[in-house]
Amino acid sequence: MQWDVVIGLEIHVQLATQTKLFSGTSTAYGAEPNTQASAVDLAMPGTLPVPNREAFRYATLFGLAVNAEINQRSVFERKNYFYPDLPKGYQTTQLAEPIVGPGRVDIAVGDGEEKMVRIHHAHLEEDAGKSLHEDFHGMTGIDLNRAGTPLIEIVTEPDLNSAEEAVAFARKLHGLVTSLGICDGDLSQGSMRFDVNVSVKPHGSDTLGTRTETKNLNSFRFMEQAIHHEVERQIDILEDGGEIVQETRLYNGDRDESRSMRTKEEANDYRYFPCPDLLPVEIDEAFIEETRRMMPELPDERRARFQKTYGLSDYDADLLSASADTAGYFEKAHSTGGDAKLVANWILGELSGRLNSEDRTIGDCPVAPEKLGDMVARLTDDTLSSKGAKTVFDRLWDDDSQSVDAIIDAEGLRQVSDTGELEALVDSVLADMPEQIEQYREADPKKRKKLMGGFMGPLMKASKGQGNPKVLNEILKKKLDES
Amino acid sequence: MHDKSIAELARDLDAGHCSSVELTQQFLDRIEQQDRHLNSFITVTPEAALADAKAADERRANGSATPLTGIPFAHKDIFCTNGVATTCGSKMLANFVPPYDATVTSRLRDTGAVCLGKTNMDEFAMGSSTESSYFGATLNPWGDQRVPGGSSGGSSAAVAARLIPGATATDTGGSIRQPAALCGVTGLKPTYGRVSRYGMIAFASSLDQAGTMTRTAEDSALMLNTMAGHDPRDATSVSRAVPDYTATLNEPLKGLRVGLPSQYFSDDLNPAMAEQVNAAIREYEKLGAEVREVSLPNADLAIAAYYVIAPAEASANLSRFDGVRYGYRCENPSDLMDLYTRTRAEGFGSEVKRRILVGTYALSAGYYDAYYLKAQKVRRLIQQDFVNAFSEVDLLMSPATPSPAFRIGEKTDDPVQMYLEDTFTIAINLAGLPAMSIPAGQIDGMPVGLQLIGNYFEEGRLLNAAHQFQQVTDWHRQTPA
Repeated sequence: MQWDVVIGLEIHVQLATQTKLFSGTSTAYGAEPNTQASAVDLAMPGTLPVPNREAFRYATLFGLAVNAEINQRSVFERKNYFYPDLPKGYQTTQLAEPIVGPGRVDIAVGDGEEKMVRIHHAHLEEDAGKSLHEDFHGMTGIDLNRAGTPLIEIVTEPDLNSAEEAVAFARKLHGLVTSLGICDGDLSQGSMRFDVNVSVKPHGSDTLGTRTETKNLNSFRFMEQAIHHEVERQIDILEDGGEIVQETRLYNGDRDESRSMRTKEEANDYRYFPCPDLLPVEIDEAFIEETRRMMPELPDERRARFQKTYGLSDYDADLLSASADTAGYFEKAHSTGGDAKLVANWILGELSGRLNSEDRTIGDCPVAPEKLGDMVARLTDDTLSSKGAKTVFDRLWDDDSQSVDAIIDAEGLRQVSDTGELEALVDSVLADMPEQIEQYREADPKKRKKLMGGFMGPLMKASKGQGNPKVLNEILKKKLDES
Repeated sequence: MHDKSIAELARDLDAGHCSSVELTQQFLDRIEQQDRHLNSFITVTPEAALADAKAADERRANGSATPLTGIPFAHKDIFCTNGVATTCGSKMLANFVPPYDATVTSRLRDTGAVCLGKTNMDEFAMGSSTESSYFGATLNPWGDQRVPGGSSGGSSAAVAARLIPGATATDTGGSIRQPAALCGVTGLKPTYGRVSRYGMIAFASSLDQAGTMTRTAEDSALMLNTMAGHDPRDATSVSRAVPDYTATLNEPLKGLRVGLPSQYFSDDLNPAMAEQVNAAIREYEKLGAEVREVSLPNADLAIAAYYVIAPAEASANLSRFDGVRYGYRCENPSDLMDLYTRTRAEGFGSEVKRRILVGTYALSAGYYDAYYLKAQKVRRLIQQDFVNAFSEVDLLMSPATPSPAFRIGEKTDDPVQMYLEDTFTIAINLAGLPAMSIPAGQIDGMPVGLQLIGNYFEEGRLLNAAHQFQQVTDWHRQTPA
């Protein structure tokens, strides 16, 4: 039987505001436990929340970027449940009246096709702290540094139909929020967390199947694996004549296993009601217009500009424009490197490969983009061979404080392109190879091409690797073909 | 000396007739002698008070004193006081010492007011008799075995017994006005948002408001001058200029339009109470007020709406008392659920638990629309009733309570009877209006309060009307034997 897969996503995006959503405490990551938790964050008696205007700005920026309505009135509610890392015993969030209304994001699917994914809404809420279950001898440690950090939760309609589409959407969203500058995009530190709602139905059926929700996936890879895993699990159950239970599941990426966390019947009654400590949030046209004017270039616009200005291919433009960091790197490298295509090839090839293998992001790339550009410029003006460029790149990766020219000199990588000098070299090498010359001249054009290689090796050796292969090749061909 | 008002004491301090240290010592002595019996204080802080009094005397000497500099005060134990235990009348917070001040306490401290201690209250301000305090009931100084009202019964009893010239208090459904009435003192609940709630332990956030417990309206005006104003730490506090409330105290009342809500003067009203209140209203007529009947058609729905909204908010507000970070924690919890359930079962008293249960129920899936949403609709109707009434009149008047102080234990087993104590006060909190109770008579030797209700932010007019009444009557000067 053929099955259709239906996926909706809920994405928590940590906002990069300086301070928390309802207190003046810093949101910086990595401080000693509980050193960034004020009386308000600790929910000390009598303390009160005061909303952070910057968070409304960020949420509005996001809403405008996904062509959503910005609700001029939104309401914070209390979501009640007990947990040690939830100091107030409720989370302050939005439910019935969120700040961002319906919107849309277009994603690329397969062969150049675009697909619209509808955003149901996005709302502002505060993050909880962290419970640490290791290192406390059977007890639990509580770190409230994260408690109160602003999040937007983005909820999609069930418009995605495969794990690949879900990942494409998630990557697109990642590019969007980082380009907007509202999120640092660091998945390893939980800056974006994904909940996936998955159901399957017989191919072509109009009725949605029972869905499950898999919570708290913190990488694109785990999200993709978790969806594949869940789709297979559901199909197996249905094909064995079973039924899907509506439930929340947890996925273990390291083992590719999932287990039930709670069923619908066991779900909490969160007893939402409007938070009486906070007035409804009023956002006026002026604020929205002011925010619109602050809107930076978004990935889609940037992609079009990259194609137009730099003449990049669809593929290169797409990859280079997706995130603000990559796009910024490219533009800086291009400013010193010149040749856009060559710069793009280096970034998407050697540089990306090296970053991936060392598990780093372009944000903390050890090679400054201007230095990469300098290197490309030396490739373009024939100072460097491709092989020499790889050596320069390796040196830059280890230490990018030296100039590219200094590395070229120190490593003796400067190519000789002077025709007179190279002609003399060719003459002297050819003088020792009469038999090969004879063989070459007797061969047909196709064979001749092959035999050229037999001369290039000794020539490069004689030039100590510094002869410009292109120039040498031309001289050689001329000499061999001339008499 | 202890019989004087704040305004009189301030003049004495100014004139050098006494020092703040002397005043403070005298009130500390009275507390020492009488409060073992009354139990109006949970905590007394003599050393800190005398140090503050000494500083206040120095401030007065160097000419930077305000009217409240050097005046002894007490705070209801619901206001956080930096370094001084703040219990909210509960076992849950019996060991809690906040490292911060409420905005109300820090504003009074900044003017040089001297804090002598923290007054008793119903646990988490839930009650009308101060009997639900973990630290034992407070007695009404007017009659043994009578309650002082609640929840601010410690503040009202201490002011009535002249153990302190003035105290802070809070009012969620009548918790300032009802104890003020039962103890024969002047109680003011300002407009919602007029005084910051920061550092005031929340009961029902949309209803709670800090106010004053004093002997005279003039003293209330002096205190409110300091307490009122916008606070960036309370998003519901109102950004609106604070007038000098003492400046309008002596405005003549000629032509003041006073409305008597017919629903508050029904045939059910205790005849003795009606007699006292009507006599007080006749005094206002003599002062030139024009009295007419008005209608608050939804008044009878107020108690029902309140006992959904207030417990609903309280059920969430009290969730933070979980034994994890501060306050009471049960012994040897076996796991997380055990920690939560035993901490809360052992730490909260029965009235608090009752209200948490009621509120949790009212917010539960399947009941929310029928209870919480319906109550919010009623709340808007009640607000509209007042808006309509204030289109016709300047002030409303009513009894503050159905009857004078009842006996200790009389209503503890009957929560509904206890809730009816707030019959005349509760709608004002739902509407967010300012109101006062002023001493206006006695029944069998027990004080009776007249409630004055003002339009939004018209505390000045309220205090003016109360002050003028106090110029022609002496109920507020009467002291318990």
